[in-house]
Amino acid sequence: MSAATVTGTAPAKSTVTAVGRMTSLARAELTLLSRSRATFFAAVFVPLVLPLSLRSTAEDMDLAGSGLSVGTVILPSAVGFSLLFAVYSSLVSVYAARREELVLKRLRTGELRDAEILTGAAVPSVLIGLVQCLVLTAACAALMDVEAPEAPLLSVLGLLLGLAMWPVLAAITASFSRSVEGAQVAAMPLLLVSMVGSGTVVPFEVMPDRLATFCELLPLSPVITLIRGGWAGNLSTYETLGAVATALAWIVLSVFAVQKWFRWEPRR
Amino acid sequence: MNTNEPVIEVTDLRRVYGGGFEAVRGVSFEVARGELFALLGTNGAGKTSTVELIEGLARPAGGRVRVLGHDPYTERSAVRPRIGLMLQEGGFPSELTVSETVRMWAGCTSGARPESEALSLVGLTRRAGVRVKQLSGGEKRRLDLALALLGRPEVLFLDEPTTGLDAEGRQETWELVRELRAQGTTVLLTTHYLEEAEGLADRLAILHAGRIAVSGTPAEVTASQPSRISFELPTGYFPGDLPPLDSLGVTGHEVVGRVLRLRTDELQRAATGLLTWAERTGVELRGLDIRSGSLEEAFLRIARDVSERDAATADQAGPAGNAGRTGNAGQAQHSEKEHVA
Repeated sequence: MSAATVTGTAPAKSTVTAVGRMTSLARAELTLLSRSRATFFAAVFVPLVLPLSLRSTAEDMDLAGSGLSVGTVILPSAVGFSLLFAVYSSLVSVYAARREELVLKRLRTGELRDAEILTGAAVPSVLIGLVQCLVLTAACAALMDVEAPEAPLLSVLGLLLGLAMWPVLAAITASFSRSVEGAQVAAMPLLLVSMVGSGTVVPFEVMPDRLATFCELLPLSPVITLIRGGWAGNLSTYETLGAVATALAWIVLSVFAVQKWFRWEPRR
Repeated sequence: MNTNEPVIEVTDLRRVYGGGFEAVRGVSFEVARGELFALLGTNGAGKTSTVELIEGLARPAGGRVRVLGHDPYTERSAVRPRIGLMLQEGGFPSELTVSETVRMWAGCTSGARPESEALSLVGLTRRAGVRVKQLSGGEKRRLDLALALLGRPEVLFLDEPTTGLDAEGRQETWELVRELRAQGTTVLLTTHYLEEAEGLADRLAILHAGRIAVSGTPAEVTASQPSRISFELPTGYFPGDLPPLDSLGVTGHEVVGRVLRLRTDELQRAATGLLTWAERTGVELRGLDIRSGSLEEAFLRIARDVSERDAATADQAGPAGNAGRTGNAGQAQHSEKEHVA
């Protein structure tokens, strides 16, 4: 068989690992992010500033009987904004920009696997999102007398599910655009729906029941539910499992959609 | 180890695009280890579509590809560490510097050369700190080439590597490709510069409308083309005043203004007959141009019309074509000697 003979002649090479490849790509992406002022600003500052604007709204809410406080309304929302702006919105731009510059196509000619390319490119944004969430939590704890979470593992689980879900959603969204500007427009619907309907601005606990049932199925909802529930300690096992299942369903569906429909090259 | 083992094997390859357009319609060829094979063709002939299938960037609609014994699409991880490639259009983030780009790529490449070596190979050492967006078109091509060479590939795919380069840059790239080939690298090159294929390729194929129209060594392909004689008719003379063209071995002619163009498979006989006539008649043949068949000729004929399948243009690839080639070889030698201009 020809394969055997030809393979025999291959010189010994030091091979790169998947982690090595993704690290290399992530480092380049971080450099690029630091050079793109608009994206950097939107990713780093918007999520830090937005929660402040929520404070007066939260203070006006009728929270009696919901088991929530101003702090436990604002903190999960702040994490939600971080996922939406630092992770989702900025990654939609990144994927679209790399596609339009033919970077994705070129990367696919090398040893990187498809999943490594998308993951490596997402690393800086996910890290920024993670750091932001930690900073926001610390800030809320310091400024709004938020007590230690009742069930911290639930909050951590919610955050991790969110960090896994939003880069994949960003990849799909980027596929619905023809340019970087178009990508920002393509990101708007999910961004707006999530801000209004996923319990970031209005907690499910204070929504009409039927609307809340629908809104709980939105992708950001289970993340917010788990984080908020972890803090307030008011989630039943049933609600917890429901939220985890919803989040996992979104992740599985999005991964499937990316494999099927992600566009690696510009439309010509 | 069998050095004659084909490194690239392509059998009846087909590619169909979304709209139903059949870009590649049954292409077959083999490239041996250490060989430089060139794919020529006009724009839209299917060069890039073919090469992308061999690089494993897309799944073929039909047929078979093997690179180093593996399917490049389904066995990507077995093939990629051993090949290097350069797309027609490089894709690099415009805000990274040359050096950052090479480092990023090196981190993704098995057995990568040091950055300094990669840059000096293509003469970009002094541009290391420059952002990609500030590079000229030619410099971008050279950066692309540096990345293709980064992993010391056994097989190198070059899709129009010198497009956008100035004459000097083109010469340097050719020199580099020759060197790599001398070191045993197998190269698949696409180009629309004929002199590039003629000067570099061990063998070549001319693609037209998704099929191989001609293939062989540059000498074989050239020999399959008729030779040409052209000159200005002397004042007061008409084509009818010449000796009967049949008797000179001329197979066709055309008149454009005062210029007469003759086609022949027997260049020495035709030229001798013509010049003897001119000598005897005492006329000067202005603008006299006598040339043996060229790659350009082959290329233009194929591009112009492939349906006019006369001469040996048609099936050079098959065994019948081989017979035709040996038949033409003697003539090719003659016409080289006669190459006066």
